[in-house]
Amino acid sequence: MDYFVNVTLTGLTQGMIYSAFALALVLIWRSTRIVNFAQGSMAAATTFIALALIQAGQSYWVALIVALASGFVLGAIVERVIIRPVEGGPELNAVIVTLGLFVAIQASIAIIFGSSFQSFPTPFGVRGLEVGGSTIPLTPTSLYVIGSVLVVMALLVALFRFTRIGLAMRASAFSQEVARLLGVKVGGMLTLGWGLAAVVGSLSGLLIAGGTFVWPAYMDALIVFGFVAAIIGGLDSPVGAIVGGLILGLALSYVSGYAPRGSALVNISALVILIVVLLVRPGGLFSSTTARRA
Amino acid sequence: MSDLQSPASTGTAGKASDDAPVKATAGGDAPSGPATSGRSFLPQSTLLRHLLVLAVCAVLAVVILEITSPFQNSQLATLTYYAIAAGGLTVLTGMNGQISLGHGALMAAGAYTTALFLDAEEPLPLPVILLAAVVVATAIGALVGVAAARLHGPYLAGATLALAVGLPGLAIYFHDVFGGEQGLRVRAPQSPEWFDGFIDAVSGNSASSTKWLAYVGAICLLITYFFLANLIRSRIGRTWRAVRDQEVAAELAGINLGAWRVLAFVVSAAAAGLAGGVLAIVVRLAAPSGFTIVLSLALLTAIVIGGLGSLVGALLGSALLVFLPPFVTNLGGDFGLSQTEAAQLAPFVYGVVLIVVMIFVPAGFVGTIRLRWMTRKAKRAMAQAGADGASSRG
Repeated sequence: MDYFVNVTLTGLTQGMIYSAFALALVLIWRSTRIVNFAQGSMAAATTFIALALIQAGQSYWVALIVALASGFVLGAIVERVIIRPVEGGPELNAVIVTLGLFVAIQASIAIIFGSSFQSFPTPFGVRGLEVGGSTIPLTPTSLYVIGSVLVVMALLVALFRFTRIGLAMRASAFSQEVARLLGVKVGGMLTLGWGLAAVVGSLSGLLIAGGTFVWPAYMDALIVFGFVAAIIGGLDSPVGAIVGGLILGLALSYVSGYAPRGSALVNISALVILIVVLLVRPGGLFSSTTARRA
Repeated sequence: MSDLQSPASTGTAGKASDDAPVKATAGGDAPSGPATSGRSFLPQSTLLRHLLVLAVCAVLAVVILEITSPFQNSQLATLTYYAIAAGGLTVLTGMNGQISLGHGALMAAGAYTTALFLDAEEPLPLPVILLAAVVVATAIGALVGVAAARLHGPYLAGATLALAVGLPGLAIYFHDVFGGEQGLRVRAPQSPEWFDGFIDAVSGNSASSTKWLAYVGAICLLITYFFLANLIRSRIGRTWRAVRDQEVAAELAGINLGAWRVLAFVVSAAAAGLAGGVLAIVVRLAAPSGFTIVLSLALLTAIVIGGLGSLVGALLGSALLVFLPPFVTNLGGDFGLSQTEAAQLAPFVYGVVLIVVMIFVPAGFVGTIRLRWMTRKAKRAMAQAGADGASSRG
């Protein structure tokens, strides 16, 4: 029983991170109809910036804020310089461009920061909390992970629901032409959207790195998990992305916790889940859109 | 696109260059009808023409392999397996508009099959083993293809990415069979006696094992490209292009979209399997670290640089994959980067090239040249027509 609770809590914590990453993908998909395969590399880049600051003696929190800010700048620059020319073009071109970005950023990280494994600190302990004399498998770190993802999600909801900028962003995602006619600076909104998505992606990169090792390709698995989570949710729905992330986190945690030598099966399970979802409901579990045809 | 236009309306072919950035795949459009002008010295029949080209290329391959050093021989052997896989990917992405990031995983299937078969007490003949590699990769490709046929664009890219990340995990899970992280060492097949005699008769060089492997790769490459070239020019190739360019129109014309997409995936998986088999005997190792996502992206880079949909482009792009890394690594060393840092310059260049090509010349190398040539021909035709009109009036 203890073991089951432990595995479930691990799954939920991991699932929150997948949710955040999937949310970043969904934000970009909604605004520009592009799946940003470079999201993982971009997040890895900001994580390495944070690591460099921590190694230079700064506190974790300073590093966190700088990393998120640099994530925003990176996302905005990428949209303006690299994505803008292929926006609205054939989907294959955009996919290839983000894949190119994925390799280029990953290789740059290896050149600048080295390709060895480096340990990344976490601001909180990784030992279980004690409740009434017995240890429960909920660590301060997992509370921090869950809490920070929830805070970011709440901020995003607030931004989109209650501010003018959020309204303008929703308008430009909904219909670029109409939004432009009504005086919304659509280009700026798209840049802002990419920047915000990169912040959320960076956060998930920093959270998954906490307490373990990082290397330039450490986000490769997460880009797949985030994508699978987003697909489960239908790529179009932020709520779907969050639920998808939690479902995937739990499923993968059970596979790795209960199957013999399950940790080697995690990646292939993600593939199986993805294929099953796409075959049963190609639009994802939360999709409301109908098939789009050329 | 342009192949739908009759020769009389070539005046509009200049427009194709404007259309190209909108539809990258359009750049690789091979005219599907037998080209009439400027090719009069070649046979009319596509099969005969391709056989002729095959014979010329075979002679060229022998000449190239005999005048180059053993080290260059091994580089060329590397080139052959990249080119085989890139050729398959060209069919899938260039001809049929489906993207695959999973070809590295399909190559792994071929490589592991080859490694396991060669490890037997009495290994089967090499062609049979390579055929087995093709069959295994084809079976996996058919499975993936059935799922992939319903997907498009980013969905397909994500699903095949999951395949590329997931499949090598099986090698670790079943480590008793596949050797886990260390992978399987491959016993390189010995060159047969007739080969030694052949090399001795042709050039008098010594028939080393490296040379034999390069020849095996070259033979596989020529056979693959001959098959693919014929497929592309056939009814099958035309149907694939129809599915790629006008889904709805193709469906109205009675084409079963899903079945043709699966077929494209199967054909390109077969090529990837053969490429994996050649890779296994050339590298003499089949290990998960050899089939990372970077391999799949490198193949994508090759076909994008060369020009989507062109086999010549795929070959040129593969050559770049082989000869560029040593070049940039040296360059990086000159600029004071350490060995490990310089080794990362190659993927960096792949990525930058993918972005730059897609933004500025989405038709790729061969596609751009072909467009230039078509534009010039069209202009000349228009000038000719203008001159004719003037003379008839005067």
